[in-house]
Amino acid sequence: MSSTVPDGAPGVAPDSAPPLLSVRGLHVTFPGRRGAAAARAVDGVDLDIRRGEIVALVGESGCGKTTLARSLLGLVRPTGGRVTFDGAPLGYSARALKAYRRRAQLVLQDPSGSLNPRHTVYDIVAEGLRIHGHAGDERTAVAEALSRAGLRPPERFFLRYPHELSGGQRQRVVIAGALVLQPELLVADEPVASLDASVRGEILALLLRLRTELGLSALVVTHDLGLAWNIADRVAVMYLGRIVETGAVEQVLTAPRHPYTQALLSVLPEAPGAPVVLTGEPPDPAYIPGGCRFHVRCPVLASGEAGRAGVADACRNGELEILRGGDESQVACHWARAERPAAERAG
Amino acid sequence: MRDLKVTYPGGAAAVRGVDLTLAAGEKLGIAGESGCGKSTLALALLRLLPPGARVGGEILLDGEDVLTMKWGRVRAVRWAGASIVFQGAMHSLNAVHRVGDQIAEPILLHRRATPAGARRRAGELLEQVGLPAARASAYPHELSGGQRQRVMIAMALACDPRLIVADEPTTALDVMIQAQILRLIEGLVGEQDVGLIMISHDLAVLADTCDRLAVMYAGRVVEEGPARQVYDDARHPYGRALSEAFPTIGDPASRFAPRGLPGDPPDPAAVPSGCAFHPRCPVALDLCATRDQPLRDAGTRRRAACVHVGPDATVPPDGAGATAGSGTPEGDTAPVANGAAEGGKRAEGGKPKPAGGAADGDDEVADGRSGGGGRGAGGVASAEDDGVRSSAP
Repeated sequence: MSSTVPDGAPGVAPDSAPPLLSVRGLHVTFPGRRGAAAARAVDGVDLDIRRGEIVALVGESGCGKTTLARSLLGLVRPTGGRVTFDGAPLGYSARALKAYRRRAQLVLQDPSGSLNPRHTVYDIVAEGLRIHGHAGDERTAVAEALSRAGLRPPERFFLRYPHELSGGQRQRVVIAGALVLQPELLVADEPVASLDASVRGEILALLLRLRTELGLSALVVTHDLGLAWNIADRVAVMYLGRIVETGAVEQVLTAPRHPYTQALLSVLPEAPGAPVVLTGEPPDPAYIPGGCRFHVRCPVLASGEAGRAGVADACRNGELEILRGGDESQVACHWARAERPAAERAG
Repeated sequence: MRDLKVTYPGGAAAVRGVDLTLAAGEKLGIAGESGCGKSTLALALLRLLPPGARVGGEILLDGEDVLTMKWGRVRAVRWAGASIVFQGAMHSLNAVHRVGDQIAEPILLHRRATPAGARRRAGELLEQVGLPAARASAYPHELSGGQRQRVMIAMALACDPRLIVADEPTTALDVMIQAQILRLIEGLVGEQDVGLIMISHDLAVLADTCDRLAVMYAGRVVEEGPARQVYDDARHPYGRALSEAFPTIGDPASRFAPRGLPGDPPDPAAVPSGCAFHPRCPVALDLCATRDQPLRDAGTRRRAACVHVGPDATVPPDGAGATAGSGTPEGDTAPVANGAAEGGKRAEGGKPKPAGGAADGDDEVADGRSGGGGRGAGGVASAEDDGVRSSAP
């Protein structure tokens, strides 16, 4: 992995390089209980992550972002589409998954819940090494992972238990446990949501540093757009099982084109202009509306603006295709495309 | 609230002397990281602390001291005088009772209402918080997180309290639901003229919702003032760190530069000597380790507990012109003023560029940038004014 470590930040591999992780047409459907309709949690997603790239996947709870993240790690078996890692399709045999998890690791949201309270920090971090039959010196590997995660001197933490640590330190232990196998990809599900404001920045800085030092790629799943602005190169906005807008962070967060992204940004406390508060909760993935899946909550359609642009009918009935997974900026919205056809061609 | 102190059994001093006042209909935000004592403060307000906790000082609610009240009176005050909305609505609602009954319960107890009357009132309250009255027959697990939080708010409103304490009301919720709940709380507080104390670690949310803001650290208020001012221009280094922790989207300074505060919050059982913040403070002086820093005036209706604040400040605080102009010799301020003026020109020169170059569609870009730039330019402009004023005579 060290051969591809790029110099300096942001340190993303060149465009021409094949992506480290590539997802095409991914579907994950959960069967409905007692005859209810099946829930299409992930309903057609293309996504690429290049080496050394940090991609933020944002959306409300229930939009399928966690399911997508889990399917990337082989924790959920997709019902359609495929996941390719480093050029090879992901296998689902126990042996293939075990080998894969050396290279791709998960960091969970709640550090208190994902650490075994009866294991010491040393045992927690060493667990991955033991499972994978690490050949080298376990103690050195654990110490290195801990100090990479910012717990220094590592020896001081070896015999501590999770309850003796602060929230930020626990999250660092979780990250150390993920780092110890020297993975190439981290999938972090809400890595700072349960942490205090002051600690949050420290953990995000750690993720950025791991990228520059180790060339680590990361998919960060979050509902926090500020986090994406802080650390991500690229952002993908997910709504009801599909990515509805994707592109470089600067582009998507300062000039959002999809009405959903615009609404998400407008309700942030710092946002200029009047907030667009969407009413209701995200609809049920078991009953995805036809046409554009956002049209029932879309403020642009409701205000008649889409009608003036002549796309109201398309919004209600016209299916949108799956956005390509690469890093060009794209939007799945009839109205945005009608408004700025030139930008769409150029973009 | 006067000189409020709470010590838990085992010697953890969770709250160490807090003075705060809240006028009727005013919205006060209390910010701070976990363990700073903000939730303990909320519990102390309604005497909900576990037995064994020692409480000192006074909590006056409409002139009556909550701490010396008889228990019968406390119980009466708890719903009708002041009510509380907890974080994590999942655990605060009883899972085996219908939400309508849970809302009706305090009405039955406090208002001597008939069961039918209480049910009707519960329905009205649900409509007030934006849920159909028919949802009264739902169990908590049938509702989403946002809906459960709405139920909690309906309960808090049930007996028309004078004060609502909201402890992290939106922490576990999505941005969109958070915005809905905040609008709801704001609207209800505005309509009914009740006081609101909102507790959160998210300074940005508090600054957006509240009139005044108090920042707590290690059981003390270290900064207090009008919410917007505290957020935009905190005087205490801890307040500054908290407000910087949440990036402004579109602000190039925070791109690829997440900002946090190194170190961990102090253990309430072993608070550091002197200023409790000194081990983590980026601008600490030697004397901070030994001398406790009381709250002092830091401008109109503002207070901060830092050695860098106030008339006898050792070093003038960043960006505060009032003390800087008089204290420093003219020769020193002039070049600074020039630099600031140049910076101002650059900022102004830069601003029209994206706006002018942008076609109709690029409004958001221009907005985002001029928002960020405007703030920067504003800061620079005021520094420039001060420079001009001090060098003119």
